[in-house]
Amino acid sequence: MPPDSTSVPWPVAEGYQLSVDGRTRTVEGAWVGESLLYVLRERLGLPGAKNACEQGECGSCSVLLDGVVVCACCVLGADAAGAEVTTVEGLTATGSAKDIQEALVAGGGVQCGFCTPGFLAAITDLLARSPEADELEVREALSGNLCRCTGYGRILEAVSAVQAERRGAGVPGGLRAPGDEDGPR
Amino acid sequence: MTTSTPGPLVDDPEVGARRTSGPQTTGARTTGARVGEGALRPDGTPKAEGRFAFSSDLWIDGMLWGRTLRSPHPAARIVSIDPRPALALPGVRAVLTATDVPGRATYGLEVPDQPVFARDVVRYHGEPVAAVAADHPETARAAAEAVVVDYEPLTPLVDPTTALDSPPIHPDGNLFRHLPIRRGDPGATAAVVVEGSYEVGMQDQAFLGPESGLAVPGDDGGVELYVATQWLHVDRDQVAASLGLPVELVRLHLAGVGGAFGGREDVSLQIHLCMLALRTGRPVKMVYARDESFFGHVHRHPARMWYRHHATAEGDLVKVEARILLDGGAYLSSSNAVISNAACFAPGPYRVDNAVIDGYVVRTNNPPCGAMRGFGSVQVCFGHEAQMDKLAAALGVDPVQLRLRNALRQSDRLVTGQVLTGAVPVREVIEAAAALPLPPDAAPDGPPIARPGGAGLTADPDDVARGTGFAVSIKNVAYSEGFDDYSTARVRLEVGPGGDPVATVVVATAEVGQGFVTLAGQIVGEELGVGRVVLSPAGTAEVGSAGSSSASRQTWMSGGALQLACAAVRSELAARAASAWACPVEMVEVVTGPAPGEVRRRGTGERMRWVDLLDPPIEREEEYHHRPTRALDADGQGDAHLAVMFAAHRAVVDVDAGLGLVRVVQVATGQDVGQALNPLQVTGQIEGGIAQGVGLAVMEEIVLDQGRVRNPSFTDYLIPTTLDMPGVDAVLVEVPEPGAPYGAKGVGEPPAISSGPAVVAAIRAATGLPLERVPVRPEDIALAPRP
Repeated sequence: MPPDSTSVPWPVAEGYQLSVDGRTRTVEGAWVGESLLYVLRERLGLPGAKNACEQGECGSCSVLLDGVVVCACCVLGADAAGAEVTTVEGLTATGSAKDIQEALVAGGGVQCGFCTPGFLAAITDLLARSPEADELEVREALSGNLCRCTGYGRILEAVSAVQAERRGAGVPGGLRAPGDEDGPR
Repeated sequence: MTTSTPGPLVDDPEVGARRTSGPQTTGARTTGARVGEGALRPDGTPKAEGRFAFSSDLWIDGMLWGRTLRSPHPAARIVSIDPRPALALPGVRAVLTATDVPGRATYGLEVPDQPVFARDVVRYHGEPVAAVAADHPETARAAAEAVVVDYEPLTPLVDPTTALDSPPIHPDGNLFRHLPIRRGDPGATAAVVVEGSYEVGMQDQAFLGPESGLAVPGDDGGVELYVATQWLHVDRDQVAASLGLPVELVRLHLAGVGGAFGGREDVSLQIHLCMLALRTGRPVKMVYARDESFFGHVHRHPARMWYRHHATAEGDLVKVEARILLDGGAYLSSSNAVISNAACFAPGPYRVDNAVIDGYVVRTNNPPCGAMRGFGSVQVCFGHEAQMDKLAAALGVDPVQLRLRNALRQSDRLVTGQVLTGAVPVREVIEAAAALPLPPDAAPDGPPIARPGGAGLTADPDDVARGTGFAVSIKNVAYSEGFDDYSTARVRLEVGPGGDPVATVVVATAEVGQGFVTLAGQIVGEELGVGRVVLSPAGTAEVGSAGSSSASRQTWMSGGALQLACAAVRSELAARAASAWACPVEMVEVVTGPAPGEVRRRGTGERMRWVDLLDPPIEREEEYHHRPTRALDADGQGDAHLAVMFAAHRAVVDVDAGLGLVRVVQVATGQDVGQALNPLQVTGQIEGGIAQGVGLAVMEEIVLDQGRVRNPSFTDYLIPTTLDMPGVDAVLVEVPEPGAPYGAKGVGEPPAISSGPAVVAAIRAATGLPLERVPVRPEDIALAPRP
């Protein structure tokens, strides 16, 4: 029997817990079909991940799931239970991607900014996996993130600037993605 | 990525040139930056940290979710609509249709010819028929599907070439506008004549932030609408008319805009959202899904063009004949202005004394078309540049030299008869683009991902041919044909918490990503020298119209308004000081730098701090109107344009003709910017605009089948990714535009205009194919008869 007075479509998921940015969050009374993106944005008050296509084509909703970049629109919220979810809000709070954020702003990689949180997740993931990625590798790694404003030139420059800065700072492995217990891969 | 270093490239003392590819080393000053510096966007860090609120991020307690029901047919009679099954669903709070529109049943930018909801007939695939509000977005989706609409499908009018001979599909008829341009001798001809027909497909703006907004009913019977748009005040006027409310009761606030490119100039969900909020008495949020976004905004007009160029044996253009047909789709939108640009700029940036040009834009049952970056100039650029290449081939001369020979100069006339009194550095942009270094040859043993087809269907290096193409463009700045185009700005100067003067800027200018917020701070920094500039949120209740963030106009128009408002603030400072000193105001000098915040009395050397003159604070509001333009007469003659801007693009491509795959290797460009007020942002506009030009050249098209949109998703409508975008090498050609604030022309549109035609020219050079249709699809190359 569908509920007749609640605001949620049928069926409602059992309450579940998500680990988001190091905090345990409880999701109650949610429709079972809600994506992780919807749960983050509309139930947990974390709108940093964006909703440009909601079918895994544009990368705007990218978050890290156990340190690996995923499209939050293509993961059910309930399926993320038990994993560590890292959002742009979490990356900002820990400061672990601050150099990337600063390089994107200083290099002109931010215009409308709608794609930026997704790029941040993808760049964080890339530099954790492959800190010395060459230009083609960077382009391939970021090819799942669409940007309509910049033509990518300033974003690619920002990645290059971060690589140079981390190299200079003696951080060859770059920063570890939060939740990535094994360190850089 | 290019790695060239900044430095002047053009040795002409009249022309400043900056090379902007390569790493930018800009200061990180966020306050006090002045015009011409690479100031950083004040919203950059919030955006990079996910803290910036886009329109789709808005949330308020107790809000409902809206959803639109759209027609599955491109043409149909509506026999009946039954909302009851939707209303019966738990959690559904309202279902609205055409009969619920309280005020004017239609809206439109130029003429209100588009129904808020279709009533008796639908005229395009995706036309809104009903809107629902529910407690959960999934419930809203189910409710929209549950509305029962009985359609009687009609045969759609989908071929624009038959529109004028077909029965009218709208009470206003099927012709939106015919614009003839006649100049000189229509019978003129010359030694060499080349002719061609060209076609451009329908492009989508594909901004990433979907249409979205939040409407909140007010206590006074009015409504607050937080929305991503390009022009708050013209939205407000259309919303108020359809709500049947005075404009004061409809208050629009700019919510964070995730890109626009013309696609947010028309009303989409604004009226529906306000109707739902007023009906339910609750806040309503609506966010289009991507497929709905493709249906929910206008597109770039598809074009069919025929051209005939006449030139002397030496290569001087004598006459250009052109017939241009734009498919306007079901409703007018801004079609009349788009066809004006297409006709006025049909010959391109070249001198020609004789012209016979006819521009038509017609109504069909295809999706409505309107504004997109480049606005009419994009379509004809594919035509006039293909013609220039044909003419060069017929004459046996270099295509770049032919363009230089015919390049417009200051004091030349457009085919509308308008004398070009501003900066006309066509020669300079061509020379700048042509002088940039070519990329190295493709390495045969290079990584497969760098070949045409990239990570997918990889080309055999032995089958890859390289080609180079060139194209030049012209586009007007701001609104034309007699439109009273203006912007409003208010500046308040007061003592800040730290005891220093603080300037607060109030403008309704839509920041859509272009960076006006950065420029606003720079302009106030320049004019007042204050270290702290605060930008108020943009809203219709706070200040007058800024006009649209379109037509490359806001730097000039809202920049001009800010400059005037700052000057008025300075005048008031001088007046207050003169009053305090009991001296004539002419004896007061207002010092804005390098030691800001002082007035000095000439002669005596007395000084006073601004902060001692700011009780009460000074607040000044000014409107900036650009100089009047004129309507075009029956022969398409008249001074219709404020100013024109130019760009040249050179593209290098690799093509595997057997597979039909193209990789764009490099785009080099020279762009006429007037003056670059923020070189970092100008570079961003250039690279981003080129991406949209490359997209139109080789991949982007809304595919229609009998009026039905076949590819409303990013799975099927492809835009360039990091793997598709070439390196860009750019030179900013700086010739100050007389009469423009700080000499700056616009910068947003030219990169999107001639970049695509340059890419197509390069593919022609690589393959020898005529390629008269864009986008150039793999089958257009692989399956073409070999020349």
